[in-house]
Amino acid sequence: MTKPLVRVNTDYALLREEDLDTTPVLETRHLGIQFGGLKAVDDVNITVGRTEIAGLIGPNGAGKTTVFNLLTKVYAPTNGSIFLNRVDINGYTPEQANKAGIARTFQNIRLFSQMSVLDNVMVGLHNEIKYSFAGSLFRAPSFFNSEKIAVERALELLSIFGMESEAYTKASSLPYGAQRRLEIVRALATNPCLLLLDEPAAGMNPSETAELMENIRGIRDTFKIAILLIEHDMNLVMGVCDGIGVLNFGKLIAKGSPDDIKNNPDVIEAYLGKQKEE
Amino acid sequence: MTFLIYLINGISLGSVYAIIALGYTMVYGIAKMLNFAHGDIIMVGGYISYFAACSFGLPPIAAVFVAIIGCTVLGILIERLAYRPLREAQSLAVLITAIGVSYFLQNGALQLWTSNPKVYNSLVTLQPVSLFNGQLVISGETIMTIAVCIVIMVVLTLLIKHTKLGKAMRAVSEDKGAAQLMGINVNFTISMTFAIGSALAAVAGVLLCSAYPTLTPTTGSMPGIKAFTAAVFGGIGSIPGAFLGGILLGIIEKLSQAYISTQLSDAIVFAVLIIVLSVRPTGLLGKAQREKV
Repeated sequence: MTKPLVRVNTDYALLREEDLDTTPVLETRHLGIQFGGLKAVDDVNITVGRTEIAGLIGPNGAGKTTVFNLLTKVYAPTNGSIFLNRVDINGYTPEQANKAGIARTFQNIRLFSQMSVLDNVMVGLHNEIKYSFAGSLFRAPSFFNSEKIAVERALELLSIFGMESEAYTKASSLPYGAQRRLEIVRALATNPCLLLLDEPAAGMNPSETAELMENIRGIRDTFKIAILLIEHDMNLVMGVCDGIGVLNFGKLIAKGSPDDIKNNPDVIEAYLGKQKEE
Repeated sequence: MTFLIYLINGISLGSVYAIIALGYTMVYGIAKMLNFAHGDIIMVGGYISYFAACSFGLPPIAAVFVAIIGCTVLGILIERLAYRPLREAQSLAVLITAIGVSYFLQNGALQLWTSNPKVYNSLVTLQPVSLFNGQLVISGETIMTIAVCIVIMVVLTLLIKHTKLGKAMRAVSEDKGAAQLMGINVNFTISMTFAIGSALAAVAGVLLCSAYPTLTPTTGSMPGIKAFTAAVFGGIGSIPGAFLGGILLGIIEKLSQAYISTQLSDAIVFAVLIIVLSVRPTGLLGKAQREKV
């Protein structure tokens, strides 16, 4: 059944403490950020296993996207620390965080809309392409080779979603769902070990969402990476996530398996309000 | 025949404007700022090549090379010291800083090299070409300028369309934040944009001084303003627009000097700009959907 698209801003926080690999890909400790007097994210501890699909949910304004912005170093945390592959990434710039292995998509699509689909993916491959500036100016053989390899790689990534045939279309002229998928491909192109998806199913119809769930599992299995997603669509979250974290007013109020979360009274209260009586 | 001569002179002058305008438009498209010091970098390029050729006796090609290196370094330094600290500031602050940098360069040049004009010996060694039994003589400077402009245009287009740096530039132009999250070094990309723009300014300086051989600390300011006009005329942010705008502006200027009035030619150039912008506010090739760089 389709979940009502309650416009709750959900943040995901996820984690599942049991069955993590011994080395979690991501671990936050007492992560927090304060804007003025507001603690947008407060004391959040999450762990994401190496090939885990984790979800972060919560009502609107709970701080889910803020967690993503902290993880990708768009914001500097005022408290706590973030460990990626056991390395503290506190001093990193967003670009360094990406190079270290965190890639993301955006709640409101942020493709390079004037560029072709292929070029969007090629931007993601930026740090994978190696050739010198002089080589490119003089069109040296190494330039053609690495350019050719990069194009092949980009087309291969596009084929995950069967989008090769649209490689030369301008990104802005793709249908909405395809733009969301392209954002995922672009993020994958940066060769991440942790992929952050910010409301990947937003605006998708139920059949597209079902397909997306398959894609998410497929990506995890093919690339052997961890995925942390924020989503409002509970079918997707419950269907695809190994572990789920629930944020409310910036705090992590619950974490566990989908079943734990479904039956957790705190979560029900956060979403639906307090029950009148027993 | 005289019309043809004026036309060719116009295309030649326009080519210089186009080369300068390409620098303006690239910096605008990628860094989203108007670098009003761009014209003064032309002047610095002129002085460097002048001293390299006249005082150190370097061969012309080496002098040009030295000027390119000098201006590239200057452009990167200006961006690093004056503009980068204002990356998050409002655009008006950056604009005023750019005007400040422009005055700094002019007055620095005045201190270093005085206001006495230097007589610039053309660095272009091409022989004039004479056509139609000598009725039409095209100077080496004119041929060189047009050729250089075309080469720059082609190289720049290939660079932006097909290289990794070019893709990074387009990505930064559209969305700095998203580009950074895709692992692109935004500061480096903007530095490279300034480097390329300043290298173009050096080339423009050499060509301009070779064709109009008087060099003073304010040599760059008028061509700079006209090239800026050309960039806006063609649609700022658009590379083909800068090229087209530059060429058209040069032709309009030369033809109005020839057939209307020498004194009024600048007024006519700017009047055309005002008319074009009132009809097409985005410039000739500028699109509402911003075809940037």
